Amino acid sequence: MADISSDFLGIKSPNPYWLASAPPTDKKINVIRALEAGWGGVVWKTLGSQVKNVSSRYSAVGYNGQRVMGFNNIELISDRPLDINLREIKEVLKEFPDRAMVVSLMADNSREKWHEMVKQVQDTGAHGIELNFGCPHGMTERGMGAAVGQDPEIARMIVEWVMEVAEIPVITKLTPNVHSVVPSGKAAVEGGTNALSLINTIQSVTGIDLDTLIPNPNVGGQSVFGGYCGPAVKPIALKMLTTISQDNITNKVPVSGIGGVSTWQDAVEFMLLGATNVQVCTAVMKYGFRIIEDLCSGLNNWMDEKGFARTTDFIGKSVPKMTDWEQLDLNFHIVANINPDKCVHCGLCYIACEDTSHQSINLSKGFPYNNYSIIEEECVGCNLCKLVCPVEDCITMVEKRHAEEKINWKEFVNKGLPLNSH
Amino acid sequence: MSISGNRLNTEQYLANFDDIHPGFETKEGAVIEANRCLFCYDAPCTKLCPTSINIPGFIKQIASQNLKGSAQTIFSSNIFGGGCSKVCPVEKLCEGACVYNLMEEKPISIARLQRYATEPAIEHKWHLFERKTSVNKKVAVVGAGPAGLACAHALSLEGVDVTVFEKESKGGGLMTYGIAAYKVTPEFCENEVSFITSVGGIDIRYNQALGKDISLTELRSAFDAVFIGIGVGVARQLDIEGEDLVGVVDAISFIYNLRTKDYAEVAVGDKVAVIGLGMTAIDAATQAKRLGAKEVTIVYRRTENEKPCTQEELNIAKLDGCKFEYLASPKQVVGQNGKVSGLICDKMTLGEPDESGRRSPVSLGETFELEVDMVIKAAGQTPFESLIKSSNILHKNGKILTDDSLATNLSTVFAGGDCINGGKEVVNAVQDGKDAATAILRYLGVNA
Repeated sequence: MADISSDFLGIKSPNPYWLASAPPTDKKINVIRALEAGWGGVVWKTLGSQVKNVSSRYSAVGYNGQRVMGFNNIELISDRPLDINLREIKEVLKEFPDRAMVVSLMADNSREKWHEMVKQVQDTGAHGIELNFGCPHGMTERGMGAAVGQDPEIARMIVEWVMEVAEIPVITKLTPNVHSVVPSGKAAVEGGTNALSLINTIQSVTGIDLDTLIPNPNVGGQSVFGGYCGPAVKPIALKMLTTISQDNITNKVPVSGIGGVSTWQDAVEFMLLGATNVQVCTAVMKYGFRIIEDLCSGLNNWMDEKGFARTTDFIGKSVPKMTDWEQLDLNFHIVANINPDKCVHCGLCYIACEDTSHQSINLSKGFPYNNYSIIEEECVGCNLCKLVCPVEDCITMVEKRHAEEKINWKEFVNKGLPLNSH
Repeated sequence: MSISGNRLNTEQYLANFDDIHPGFETKEGAVIEANRCLFCYDAPCTKLCPTSINIPGFIKQIASQNLKGSAQTIFSSNIFGGGCSKVCPVEKLCEGACVYNLMEEKPISIARLQRYATEPAIEHKWHLFERKTSVNKKVAVVGAGPAGLACAHALSLEGVDVTVFEKESKGGGLMTYGIAAYKVTPEFCENEVSFITSVGGIDIRYNQALGKDISLTELRSAFDAVFIGIGVGVARQLDIEGEDLVGVVDAISFIYNLRTKDYAEVAVGDKVAVIGLGMTAIDAATQAKRLGAKEVTIVYRRTENEKPCTQEELNIAKLDGCKFEYLASPKQVVGQNGKVSGLICDKMTLGEPDESGRRSPVSLGETFELEVDMVIKAAGQTPFESLIKSSNILHKNGKILTDDSLATNLSTVFAGGDCINGGKEVVNAVQDGKDAATAILRYLGVNA
């Protein structure tokens, strides 16, 4: 059995799954239920000045009949009084000393306020602090949340304030509502943060009610941009995580990966791209805390199969595989192959290739089943047919190199090789 | 033993003849199933539909909750798309071709989805088609069944004024009078006919029988063209001794009674034998059982493997508690006091394959007797032979002969449906009606 326990800057948890700072971690009752279910730890919902929330807070995007492919919210930081939150944090720590307790913070923009809040959190015995530089709605208008994360200099300044009094590890959570997360990530690291976490939610409009013409979520006939999350944002989060893992300054600190983690596979992908652990929210908001069981057992079984004894054995392993386009081998060539024994004759590969790609699939009419085969000399190896095929391994991509030696774009151009292959 | 009606109470009748097709109770159910559809290209399901409904297209429209568009897609290929979704043997057609079968997965519930899209259209008479202005051409359609009304609808859309002559007092043909009541309720059939005619330009004259109230000669002189879609008649004779005894009925008349009278008025025996294993035989057997017959035995000269009905139909009969005598061929109906008291059958075995590819039954020379008081004949139907023969129309054993465009040997006269093919599915009749309309429009010089 693999060891799936996790050590994040000395913050230990029995597994690498924390609940992200969000509604599921707003109250003791929720957090206790989560820890009882087996979660490795929590990031308590952001504490700060007293706020008031609106009613009608979430909206979602479905896909082909499945609910909540993407999810957004316009909820602010915790709207419960600070003293209640601090007391409950202390109580939970006492009840579950073996789980990670990190507290998210978003103080008003003054050095004193940040100092005061950091000290209050440290007094509870919490293991770490996460700085919320990412919330994209409500708080930004007050110069907080994403407004901080979007400006590297402000981010650096606040991290420096925090580090002046911090006695426990500090994680800075980055906003994705920027053209690149690297500048603010760098600033936070240079300001002294012990770790980074990303991504926070992405500004979004999830949809519009086509009867009333009011966008979602509807707050008394009006709406605002909400923070987008859930499975739909995972590929964007993975890309942003990769840029942090590739940068020589930001990759010096551990990263907690966030953004659409719903399954153990998602978690493994975040970790392969450099995350030390992951944080989860939308998936539990859809299914409840019970999903932790498969998150752990799936990870465990995969690690056993791959021969990884502990999570550190594979963290970051896929980062070197990500390169620049110019480095890709132009002699690498694959062509599709359709296995006629597995083909169910749905024609999806054919119409996709014929209408939108390279007319590389031959149709031979039949009644009622047509047969399809690849025209190898036309196939550019784009993968589209394989991607749309409903049968696993019916279409495979077979390697047929143009030449044995590797050649990248620069070398290709330097050699003056012909570019037009049509 | 006796043949009588009034075997059940009102609740029992209503329960037994309630719509057998479970529709989607909720939009969610329909959308989930619609989303399972792969949206095949050049889809096998469409290819196996005689009317070539764009099945992936209408299913996609259910998924996108464009229900009107979905209904439009169905009805523009098959104006009986509502009824067909209830009576088509889909396991041999669209659903049988669904590629999910090749993945050993349950095929898409195409019929059920088609019901979901068509039922509200029929119920609320959605205005899905716009008739072109009249082109001052008149066409007579004989028979308001699937072939006739499909033809009438297609013609009317192009501005042709259509008069339909129907021998019964209601439209729908076999759909209304010849199919088990739990598959298509009488109310549904009436609604479907009025939905079809709601496009305008179709005048149905009821109680007008060809050869009695109207003649082909009159129609040919009064109309620019005539379409004959009169279907087929009674069940085939068994040509065995005792066939004239009281208690021997043909399945078509039996079901006709059931569809035109109160259930309590339809007489059925205590012990009933049904001859044949086609769709009509199953309908007759299950209906007899549901009317309160104590024992119903289906007698078929081949085995279950060669059955002409679908597995789903057979399952209904089995679940209704019908018994089966396979490899049995009726030899003689025996009676007492002029009434049926038994059916003597030859025991058969399967010999060489015949022209249908199925092994033909051969007598073993032994017999057995079934104790029954009613025998329902459902071994195929016969054309309206004398009616056809009384005109100058070319035919073969009463089946009207046409060319590929469904034109007969008589100028201006076209024909389609069961009266030319001897009895196929509703969906085949609909396609004939469409094809004939195309030919008639071409003949009339109306550009569709």
